[in-house]
Amino acid sequence: MDSIQDITLVQLFTSYIFILLLIAIVKWLGIRREKEILIASIRMSIQLALVGYLLTYVFENPNPFITVLIILFMQSFAVYNVYKRVKTTIAADLKKIIAFSLFIGTTFSMIYFDFIVIQFTPWYDPRYFIPIAGMIIGNSMTGITLGISTLMDGMHSRRPFIESSLMLGATPKEASRSIVRQSFDAAILPTVNSMVGMGIVFLPGMMTGVILSGADPLIAIKYQIVILLGITASVSLSILLLLQLGYKTFFNKKAQLKRTS
Amino acid sequence: MFYLKNIEVNPILHIENLTFEKQKITSIIGKSGSGKSTLLKLLNQLNNYDSGIIEYEGKDISTINPIQLRREVVMLSQTPSIYEGSVKENLLIGLKFSEKNTESINDQKLLALLELFDLHKNLEENAEELSGGEKQRLAFARIILMDPPVYLLDEPTSALDDETTDEVMGQFFQFVKRNQKTVIMVTHSIKVAEKYSDQIIDITKLNEKEMSVTHG
Repeated sequence: MDSIQDITLVQLFTSYIFILLLIAIVKWLGIRREKEILIASIRMSIQLALVGYLLTYVFENPNPFITVLIILFMQSFAVYNVYKRVKTTIAADLKKIIAFSLFIGTTFSMIYFDFIVIQFTPWYDPRYFIPIAGMIIGNSMTGITLGISTLMDGMHSRRPFIESSLMLGATPKEASRSIVRQSFDAAILPTVNSMVGMGIVFLPGMMTGVILSGADPLIAIKYQIVILLGITASVSLSILLLLQLGYKTFFNKKAQLKRTS
Repeated sequence: MFYLKNIEVNPILHIENLTFEKQKITSIIGKSGSGKSTLLKLLNQLNNYDSGIIEYEGKDISTINPIQLRREVVMLSQTPSIYEGSVKENLLIGLKFSEKNTESINDQKLLALLELFDLHKNLEENAEELSGGEKQRLAFARIILMDPPVYLLDEPTSALDDETTDEVMGQFFQFVKRNQKTVIMVTHSIKVAEKYSDQIIDITKLNEKEMSVTHG
């Protein structure tokens, strides 16, 4: 840990100069995105500064309640983010299923990878628990957003196709099978693709962090492998729950496709 | 086969009394937007009605499991639905949907069925590459293979040109007569209605007051 070189405040501000330069170029070229880049940079800095202080406190005072509370907050924020990022209105019963799938999918994966695979002590050690949770929850959130968007879009645009299958006596499950499969693909592909390019195209954030902190790259890699498998498991589990429960909400008791507004 | 009494689907349909007879071919005609397809979809529970009663074989239709009903009352959609995969998979998918055994069906039978509809295709060919008319003929072959007692056809000739219409409908209704099936067909073509039906119902008139049934 002591081998890591600190960044002074002056150095930190130097990095903003580069961004300001970039903003000037963007403005000069008339791309009209200077405001967005500026706001995003400021927002990111404030958010991370606050998290930095929060994590310092939490790491110095490890407490099981605080750790669990932070995880619950992260999960809730992820659910809220999915609702916000999906362009169309989500029906109330589908919203419940999104929340359920994200909570159950990420919780099970965290329990397995934290307590059975890594086995850090104490079990609530925020130094391990919180960053791992961040990666698992964040990726599952992205997966669920992609999966639910594809599912809703498919159920809407392929309505005649689903009805044709029902006309031939198909169950709702059979009639929506191809759309469910497409939604799973859309949700899981980014995770699968990132695994394929891992280590060759890019070094993931977590590994970079561990290596910078002075740890042996081999340990960093072992952590990275476990985390990536944890992410894949969590995304898959959340999406499977979401799709297996979610497609049903588009049908009524008479196995009819519900009218959409 | 079907009996409808005091059916209301607001604001589209008002039917006091209507009977579709068993083993007969009935055509439903009427202006577009008059509720022809809506009426058809009442018979396989794909649409709901606000009030009244519909009986199928003497049983209140709302007490029948809709999925089981649709396996007996098979409907052909207006635009043919083609599934990812081969011609063979597309032929068999109806049976698969209705959870029927497909083991007894060999390739020869499938090829004969394609031949019947003038589809000279390889069973392994990609079904998505067929033309619009060919897809509709494949859809006809698919529902014949399912062999249910009742067929509902929604504008079955809209994807076919005049020449193929005669050929395809001729083959289909030959099969229907030979196997004593019941058919209820929505069509905008008076010619098709007159040529093949035992009974023609003008839904516009039906909506205006009582039944108006012409026996052909």
